[in-house]
Amino acid sequence: MTPDPALRSEDAPFRLQGRLVLGEAKGLLDSLRKQEETLRGGDTFPIDLSEVSEIDGASAAILLGSVRRLRDKGVTCEISGAGEGVREIVSLYESATSKKPGEPKPQTGMIVDVGRGTLALVLGIKEVLGFVGQVVIEALGVIRRPQTGNWRDIVPIAERSGADAVPIVVFINFLVGFVMGFQGAKQLKMFGANIFVADLVGLSVTRELGPLMTAIILSGRSGAAFAAELGTMKVSEEIDALRTLGFGPMRYLVLPRTLALVLVAPVLTLLADFVGIAGGLLVGVTSLNLSVAGYWQETRKVIHAWDINSGLLKAVAFALVISLISCQQGFATTGGAEGVGRRTTTSVVSSLFALILVDTAFTVFFRVFDL
Amino acid sequence: MSAAKPAITVQNLTMGWDDRILQKDASFEVQKSEVFAILGGSGCGKSTLLRYLIGLEKPMEGDIAIEGIGAPDLAVGRPPFGVMFQSGALFGSMTVGQNVGLGLRQWTDLPDDAVEAIVSGKLALVGLQGTEDKLPAELSGGMKKRAAIARALALEPGLIFLDEPSAGLDPVSSAGLDELILTLNRVHGMTIILVTHELESIYSVVGQCIYLDKESQSIIARGAPRELQEHSEHEKVRDFFNRRARQQNDGDEK
Repeated sequence: MTPDPALRSEDAPFRLQGRLVLGEAKGLLDSLRKQEETLRGGDTFPIDLSEVSEIDGASAAILLGSVRRLRDKGVTCEISGAGEGVREIVSLYESATSKKPGEPKPQTGMIVDVGRGTLALVLGIKEVLGFVGQVVIEALGVIRRPQTGNWRDIVPIAERSGADAVPIVVFINFLVGFVMGFQGAKQLKMFGANIFVADLVGLSVTRELGPLMTAIILSGRSGAAFAAELGTMKVSEEIDALRTLGFGPMRYLVLPRTLALVLVAPVLTLLADFVGIAGGLLVGVTSLNLSVAGYWQETRKVIHAWDINSGLLKAVAFALVISLISCQQGFATTGGAEGVGRRTTTSVVSSLFALILVDTAFTVFFRVFDL
Repeated sequence: MSAAKPAITVQNLTMGWDDRILQKDASFEVQKSEVFAILGGSGCGKSTLLRYLIGLEKPMEGDIAIEGIGAPDLAVGRPPFGVMFQSGALFGSMTVGQNVGLGLRQWTDLPDDAVEAIVSGKLALVGLQGTEDKLPAELSGGMKKRAAIARALALEPGLIFLDEPSAGLDPVSSAGLDELILTLNRVHGMTIILVTHELESIYSVVGQCIYLDKESQSIIARGAPRELQEHSEHEKVRDFFNRRARQQNDGDEK
């Protein structure tokens, strides 16, 4: 219950009435606002609380906020007449809020933001490189003393990242081979070169698409899982706890994940090569009047061991990239649930970016050396 | 306050999960404007009981009634009570100020600056003035708990639940929290329900308490802490309240 401000004459106190509780806070705020607008520096504004039967913290905070604004404007503001209960709550909030507030956050401009962003990027790259260095040192340590490695976790992680990924790897790579074949078939038909669809699909799948598509799947499945898992462990201090128990987190968490991924990636890639070629074969047989035997023979003729091996080599490199980036992101997680989400996103995005970069580097390298 | 209805009435509550009963047939009342504590050893279901009282779990059997609303139901809208979880459970992606103001923005039509004024008031009340723009990750454990209390207080509830407010805090912070609990109780007339282990707090703030026992799955003592310390018929209740004395005797707490 708040009075009609129009009823107040010049020097009469501003009289608040009844129960000032959260449900009425909007009304209280509005009527105080109206008063604030009319008052100028040098005015006096007595507030009478004698008819207030009850006040809660929210209303007290709103009332005191208004009083503070008025006092800043130079208005003399006095609160009077409060009954004991009301006075106690008002003074509780008054003494609490009169302590010094925190300093406001400094505003930043665009140039500062750009500078910060650039610096963060550079530091991020440095962090990843530092992380890779640490992993290498730890790996060398494990090679020297194999009994210090965490070998037990490799098989379960390999199962989760590898065996469980088989259905999606098969499905996607089969379709990729199929689509490749389909697109190629249309062009090749024009030259009457139907049989070369086998060359096209076979080479591009083994050298390029098989490893790449598999790596993309791995990064979305396992990379994201690594980042989220390690990130959650980091924010809940589990990694610190591991450290205090004498486990090096690199040795205990990162190496098994990396090794597991490096083991499963080539296997999945081989599978991807095979089903990719099968996808092309389906197109050849159904729409290019090729025989299964003919297609297969052409494929065997054009694909050499190096074509497959270069793909497997890429797969190993991709696996390293994915696991190192996602583990690094997991370890760098701070904050809470949101931090985990952010780092997981970053891990997948950076992995995809790095995969394409590494793939390009390989392809250029192979080309230059005519491999 | 004469003949006032109890703030909370629990009748024949059985709680637990299919194969694990924590408490059977528990009945008790919490009077209005009382500081009430749920005590007991580890694993007896103190925090779980709290989850039942605030409606996060449905009783296997029995009834819980909160004065004025009946059985606690979190689906009906603005809850009539505030809760501080053991870890604070502040939303990590929001600033402290946003955490405290969340309920106000959801359930009132106050403009931003009024919400901010209330938020500053609540934060100042718990001794965290000036932390509005900080993220929870930047706060210490004790500060997180205080911020969580400020959030629980934001909607001016008449009833608040605090799960181990002073566990893990230094004695000074812990005493500060006890002070705050007493102030809220005295000035606002708030009913406060605590789960706690801290004897210091129990003696200084708690009016009435119940003691849950794990083995018998029941409430084995109820009353004022000082009385139970002297006169409880159960040895383990007396042991609990005389923890220090017992430690001196046999050097073993558990």
